[in-house]
Amino acid sequence: MGGKVVTISSGKGGVGKTTATANLGISLASLGKKVVVIDADIGLRNLDVIMGLENRIVYDLVDIVEGRSKLRQAMIKHKKFDDLFLIPAAQTRDKMAVSPEDMVKLTDELREDFDYVLIDSPAGIERGFRNALEPADEVLIVTNPEVSAVRDADRIIGLIEAADKGPGKLIINRLKSDMVKKGEMLSSEDVFDILGLAIIGIIPEDELVLSASNSGVPVTLNMQSKAGMAFNNVARRVIGEDVPFMNLDENPGIFQRLVGLLNGR
Amino acid sequence: MSNLLSRLLGRTRKGSGATAKDRLRFVLQHDRINLPPERMEEMKREILAVIVKYLVVDQDRVEIDLEQRDRTHSKLTAEIPVAIHTPTAAKKAVENTVAAADSAGANGANNGADADSAEAEADSKPDEAEPAKDEKTDARGDDQEEADQKS
Repeated sequence: MGGKVVTISSGKGGVGKTTATANLGISLASLGKKVVVIDADIGLRNLDVIMGLENRIVYDLVDIVEGRSKLRQAMIKHKKFDDLFLIPAAQTRDKMAVSPEDMVKLTDELREDFDYVLIDSPAGIERGFRNALEPADEVLIVTNPEVSAVRDADRIIGLIEAADKGPGKLIINRLKSDMVKKGEMLSSEDVFDILGLAIIGIIPEDELVLSASNSGVPVTLNMQSKAGMAFNNVARRVIGEDVPFMNLDENPGIFQRLVGLLNGR
Repeated sequence: MSNLLSRLLGRTRKGSGATAKDRLRFVLQHDRINLPPERMEEMKREILAVIVKYLVVDQDRVEIDLEQRDRTHSKLTAEIPVAIHTPTAAKKAVENTVAAADSAGANGANNGADADSAEAEADSKPDEAEPAKDEKTDARGDDQEEADQKS
């Protein structure tokens, strides 16, 4: 059956789905995988700007579905990776322009040539989410350590399981370890206790993520960024590597740095 | 520093993270079974109203809770202490009943079920409390006095 379709979802908006999708795409490509990322948020296209590919768009997802463009014509090759492509969302249409069946058909075609097809799901639980969920082999749920994001995550986890696509895996994004230490933020353990899903990534809060989206160069390409490293670790776990979770302390001691170096981080 | 300050000022010792966790647990419990908290309370009252028609219940120690092992396994558990059929237990239960009736009255008796149930308990008393039969039969007023004296 070829490649694997991985959908990145969250329920709540603004938790970092698109950032996660872009960074996973880059990381997987840098690990030598053939990757295509699909922006399924029709009408609110964003993955293109986060990846810095906005001015190369000619055709989009809806053009493919409605037959105005061949699949390959609409795929935008990344500047840095020859085996990383983007299929952008249409900006002037709405989610009803694409059906879950369209998405299955499209991804089945892509599976033949790619190792991973990543789908950036829109927020919400309606058609756009259904479109992104239907073709998924695996679902990653992005959440923040914060009540509304966790509540919404729980809601879509239920829907994912009801659709027989579960269990998903969690990416806990924007964790502030200093606040967790003070007891002023849910810890990753707390989120795990509440949602009961395996955690595939813990991404620390990192100002470099904003700088990265400002410049359209995903943060995982920045070796200085802890969030970038954490996203890279998620990608390695996605391809089946056993990667320990990194130490998110603000100022790691010399010993921890050494251990990190030895682990290749 | 701000943490220390807030402790000195006597604010919550428990961080807001723990509060977030508790609140999430509560809200998800109800989200998952699609039964809002207020409806759940209503259900508990109705369950209890049925039971007290047949049994003498120690209302203060009743615990009806929703237990959740995970997203797909929820269990409603109820611990409802019931009076045993001995004269002293029966007597005690009557006092409890009166107390419950009093408190129902204090609440403006806006809940019909509560008032009814208190009555049901009181009515069931005479059969159970043989030695006290003469005094207790048809004697809610006496019970009331007894409880008043005790308090």
